[in-house]
Amino acid sequence: MKREKFTILESTCVPLPQSNIDTDQIIPARFLSATSREGFGENLFRDWRFDKEGNRIEGFVLNRPEYKGSILVTGSNFGCGSSREHAVWAIHDHGFRAVVSDSFADIFRNNALNNGLLPVQVTSAELGDLTEQIIRSPETRVKIDLDQQIITIEETGFTASFGINAFKKQCLLQGLDNIDYLLGMKEEIMAFEKNRSL
Amino acid sequence: MEPQTLFDKIWDAHVVKSVEEGPDVLYIDRHYIHEVTSPQAFGGLRQRGAVVFRPERTTATADHNIPTTDQHLPIRDEVSRAQVETLAMNCQAAGIEHFGIGHPSNGIVHVTGPEMGYTLPGMTIVCGDSHTSTHGAFGTIAFGIGTSEVEMVLATQCIMQTKPARMRITINGSLNKGVTSKDLILYIISSISTGGATGYFVEFAGEAVRQLSMEARMTMCNMSIEMGARGGLIAPDEVTYNYLSEIPAFSESPMAQSLADKWHSLQTDAGAVFDKELHFDASDVPPMITYGTNPGMGMAIDGTIPDAAITDNTSSYNKSLDYMGFRPGMSLLGHPVDYVFLGSCTNGRIEDLRAFAAMVEGRKKAPDVTVLIVPGSQKVAREAEREGLADILRRAGFEMRQPGCSSCLAMNDDKIPPGKYAVSTSNRNFEGRQGPGARTILAGPLTAAAAAVTGRITDPRELMRICDF
Repeated sequence: MKREKFTILESTCVPLPQSNIDTDQIIPARFLSATSREGFGENLFRDWRFDKEGNRIEGFVLNRPEYKGSILVTGSNFGCGSSREHAVWAIHDHGFRAVVSDSFADIFRNNALNNGLLPVQVTSAELGDLTEQIIRSPETRVKIDLDQQIITIEETGFTASFGINAFKKQCLLQGLDNIDYLLGMKEEIMAFEKNRSL
Repeated sequence: MEPQTLFDKIWDAHVVKSVEEGPDVLYIDRHYIHEVTSPQAFGGLRQRGAVVFRPERTTATADHNIPTTDQHLPIRDEVSRAQVETLAMNCQAAGIEHFGIGHPSNGIVHVTGPEMGYTLPGMTIVCGDSHTSTHGAFGTIAFGIGTSEVEMVLATQCIMQTKPARMRITINGSLNKGVTSKDLILYIISSISTGGATGYFVEFAGEAVRQLSMEARMTMCNMSIEMGARGGLIAPDEVTYNYLSEIPAFSESPMAQSLADKWHSLQTDAGAVFDKELHFDASDVPPMITYGTNPGMGMAIDGTIPDAAITDNTSSYNKSLDYMGFRPGMSLLGHPVDYVFLGSCTNGRIEDLRAFAAMVEGRKKAPDVTVLIVPGSQKVAREAEREGLADILRRAGFEMRQPGCSSCLAMNDDKIPPGKYAVSTSNRNFEGRQGPGARTILAGPLTAAAAAVTGRITDPRELMRICDF
């Protein structure tokens, strides 16, 4: 299946500088009963965005009109906890296309890459500078160039590079899907089944 | 040949292909699925016109989203019922073995797989659930995956994974009385933090691990995800073989003998190199509780809550303590408890019910505490009746629920109300994990039992001392 290509993303950012944000915060378990992939954005960070009565919690960053954009800038160990891919669907459905942090939980990273959401891992110092800049100046435009593997702010000269697996990078750049790749390997897989050692 | 770790031996034997500068294409021996993370994967298959490639390697159970009372009746919540029915329909259409609600083999996916003899040493095992690491207790590479990866496995029996780095955690000495493997793993997580093993696959080794039962080993491996590890595993030994040989479906199968020989090679070779090694002494481990909103925020039950200075993100730390209604320097001994939850894929096995029952025998449930005792599977429930544990629990004022994930993630009605304190034997104390606003204190089954009979956070060793006299 063809997916959305990811090449260059330029946007303002939403800062959420907390560490260890787990997938239960991103999408609480009580919203996981659906059998489709759509509509999870509505409940993204549900219990931080809305109180028990369903009223918006004004101080929370997603409810603050000055912070908008398709890049979420967050804290260490983002996406820890449950393997629910619904967390990535919710973030993507809300309109984000990249998450920047200094570390990601392993399962979250895989889930993100499988859904065209780019995890951008920079150093702690770079993350600190970037966060400070966008909190101070919410209008700051940040550019993520996947091919060059750099994240930049033109007006301040901020530049940071990030790593990504070369295969995953090509898949994102070309909008390719891993399942199609594996389906193309059926013969090799059957040969493995015949000759396996363990 | 170069000495190899157990992890490398299993991983390398399952690589169908190494993609240049890319992930490995890894063959999966056993795939467990449940109702919550599989429907979109089956939907994806249909969309691309693909079929399930090896249905005999997948096993399904309904566990996350089912009630723990009146399981014979239709599920009241329509959306949940539709999800559970979707699993049944998808399995039937694909020829996948399915243990639905009420089936004698139903239960939490990480409890039923091992007890049926489906989890065997040397396997690669995945499931759309982060606690798949549980199965590592049998010397397997087992880890949680997302729904896109569930679809990959259904379609091709393979996933694409970058090989994690290797870590070994060696635990010498022996656990003290009143201390369980849950305390041990909470102790390790609190020392290395909730992200301390991110990027690694962990082998647990050492004398203290060898002394643990299979149930206790599963508890440890289960929680390896809570320190960020891709998974945790323990080399198979006599304890493993004895556990498996008691499962007739396995021991009577021709597989048993053919596997017996190869298991002995499933050990880390002397001199094998790990990317990181950590050492602990089991005798240092006290009964543990958590005080914050991630499993790394743990302390000795008789300790005091540390100052924010221990973290590099003080605002997150303070937010966490505010949520819990705690402050630095506090001791939690004697703190009132509203709920106790015994269950989950972490501590919902027969050994956990035995420990809980031994502690409450001859005592009474504290009046102001609501206690949920949820066996991990139908088999655990039957065994608890057979051994008389259920009677002990009933006499002490407790009642047993029907199996399921229950209050661990509170997808069903088993929610802890806002602001209430729950001592839980589950695996996560995240904000709202057990219900919006719920405050979770993670602990082992003995500490949970002590809270259930006293209504307070109580050192289980205190009650054990009274027993001894």
